[in-house]
Amino acid sequence: MVSGNELQEMYETMVTARHYEERLQEEYLVGKQPAFDISAGPIPGELHLAAGHEASGAGVCQHLRDDDTVTAPHRPHHIAIAKGVDLKRMTAEIFGRESGPSKGKGGHMHLFDPDVNFACSGIIAEGCPPAVGAGLAAKKQNTDSVAVAFLGEGAIDQGAFLESLNLAAVQNLPVVFVVEDNDWAISMPKDRITDVENGARRADGFDMPGTRVDADDAVAVYEAAREAIGRARDRNGPSLLEVQVHRRMGHFMGDPEAYRPAEDQEAAEQRDSIERLESELRAHGVDDETIEELRDRARERVEEAIEWATEQPEPEPDDAYEDVFVNPPSGVTDSEPSLAETGGDD
Amino acid sequence: MAQQEPQQTERSLTMSRAMVEAIAHEMREDDDVFYMGEDVADYGGIFDSTEGLLEEFGYDRIMDVPISETAYLGAAVGAAQAGMRPIAELMFVDFFGVAMDQIYNQMAKNTYMSGASVSVPMVLTTAVGGTYNDAAQHSQTLYGTFAHLPGMKVVVPSTAYDAKGLMHNAIRDDDPVVYMFHKRLMGIGWMPAPEGPKTGVPEDEYTIPFGSADVKREGSDVTVVTLGLHVHRALEAAESLTADGIDAEVIDLRTLVPLDTETVRESVSKTGRLVVVDEDYQSYGVTGEIVASVAEDGLGDLEAVERVALPDVPIPYARPMEDEVIPGVEDIETAVRNANE
Ligand SMILES: Cc1ncc(C[n+]2csc(CCOP(=O)(O)OP(=O)(O)O)c2C)c(N)n1
Repeated sequence: MVSGNELQEMYETMVTARHYEERLQEEYLVGKQPAFDISAGPIPGELHLAAGHEASGAGVCQHLRDDDTVTAPHRPHHIAIAKGVDLKRMTAEIFGRESGPSKGKGGHMHLFDPDVNFACSGIIAEGCPPAVGAGLAAKKQNTDSVAVAFLGEGAIDQGAFLESLNLAAVQNLPVVFVVEDNDWAISMPKDRITDVENGARRADGFDMPGTRVDADDAVAVYEAAREAIGRARDRNGPSLLEVQVHRRMGHFMGDPEAYRPAEDQEAAEQRDSIERLESELRAHGVDDETIEELRDRARERVEEAIEWATEQPEPEPDDAYEDVFVNPPSGVTDSEPSLAETGGDD
Repeated sequence: MAQQEPQQTERSLTMSRAMVEAIAHEMREDDDVFYMGEDVADYGGIFDSTEGLLEEFGYDRIMDVPISETAYLGAAVGAAQAGMRPIAELMFVDFFGVAMDQIYNQMAKNTYMSGASVSVPMVLTTAVGGTYNDAAQHSQTLYGTFAHLPGMKVVVPSTAYDAKGLMHNAIRDDDPVVYMFHKRLMGIGWMPAPEGPKTGVPEDEYTIPFGSADVKREGSDVTVVTLGLHVHRALEAAESLTADGIDAEVIDLRTLVPLDTETVRESVSKTGRLVVVDEDYQSYGVTGEIVASVAEDGLGDLEAVERVALPDVPIPYARPMEDEVIPGVEDIETAVRNANE
């Protein structure tokens, strides 16, 4: 059973993530109104916000340690927050500042934090193979760390995902694949792109456990993830977990969502996992004052991160030329020994 | 060059409208033409490449497909070999990696490997280009990558007029054609286009033959060769260079395969100076290819050569760095001035 303490931790993670997305939405729209121009404002480019996905990030990452690896997709913020990525620096990256973990080179789809073994990629399902690699390293290095690959339900038709399931299974690797099912892949509803409603059934084909958590319910995610991650940590192999979440803010900012029936949007808003967890907290005897405190703390953290980030300097144009290699190519020939030195033919 | 290019008309269209008009026309004429891609049905293509087509042709011919590029691009190859004329869209060219085998080992080689007993009459449409801070995985053009691998024709329109004529040609061509449209030129509401790409477009069908570069501006001092978005940046640079007394000729390649080296060489034999501008990576790419093709036959004509391209770094996210690496109007002006010294 989940403890009251853990419930509070998950709740704080989730409200932090929700508030973060709400605030980023506001910041993103600065300079982009009334005529939306994707390249204008303090946060240019695409922005995929994860409001409605919080239960998945919090429920899964509650079981993870810093040495466990997480790979996330193009919608990464709630997962990064749950994994403990430094919020200030991550925010600086999203604002394209020098103090971001990628010094402004990555942006919101390419967040990396080696301190907590977090990375994400904007190419659908391509985070799966590296997660398998992290699992492989754990096995070879004989540690008990695990790897978790997050992806959307639209990504499970991709070769990289299916190949990764097979490799993880046949090598018995400590990997958990977490599919966040928000019913939509941009404008494509699930039944248009797959005949299999329950994505967890993909696991059957690889003889690995597959579980689906049907409701937007952080506690249910927590329980299912405990089992899957525990199995991985105990070296009993990979699992697949599909989690029902919902999309509250469009695929990306500026998405007109003309393809989406209004009832679907309304239904999504009703299934709020944060409200659900709040009732759970109350049932555990947590009082309103404590809940309000958790909320305030989350809000403060987000505000501080945004304030800090926007005070950071922008990178210099010439910084673009750095970081292609950790070992710039000129270094290679410099250290090449001459034949005479090696005692070879002269 | 034999061209069936009718006079431009008063009606002007965005590049996406022009492209869609050609697709719709071909779909009406030929039941074997259909379009597959992610978000091409209800959404009308993320970059408006299929806007409005669903209403006329329905889900069977404007097909949303799973996020399985290997499967559906490969399915386009198979359907083409079975006698259909599919158009398959790769949402961003940057995603080519997940399906590259179908593209270059199947689509591009089956004709040759079969001794031309098999043909692959398909069009691979794809969005290219940066300038809106979408970072390293969503901003490339990869012109050189596709043009390098033999077996596919490679088309890069820079105006609505060309987009329509080249699309008619692409669909009718019996070989695989990669049709690369620049996001910044499409005329999408949320990504304002520069002045140039919206042009007059005749209502009737017309084709623009592949391998016919277009001299967009005549000039006597220097030849600027480019394509895609940078046609418009080069034209802007050429206008402002007149203040320095430099008269630049601007050539839009329009297709990379086949490549119209004749038009380029003729121009260089007149100007003696060559500047090549490309939004793709510099090394092993379009700029090197154009310079080499001119040098091979006309080395004596060449007094000066300059290249303006993306330095060999992945495309960074933050604005100051993206602006630095993607060639701007001023970068082109500087290169032209250097060539004229
Ligand atoms: C290989 C590849 N194909 C297509 C895309 C474009 N794309 C970005 S997000 C997306 C939809 C993803 O849907 P899903 O996996 O369900 O995640 P969601 O966005 O719903 O969270 C698509 C098609 C991409 N980034 N990479």
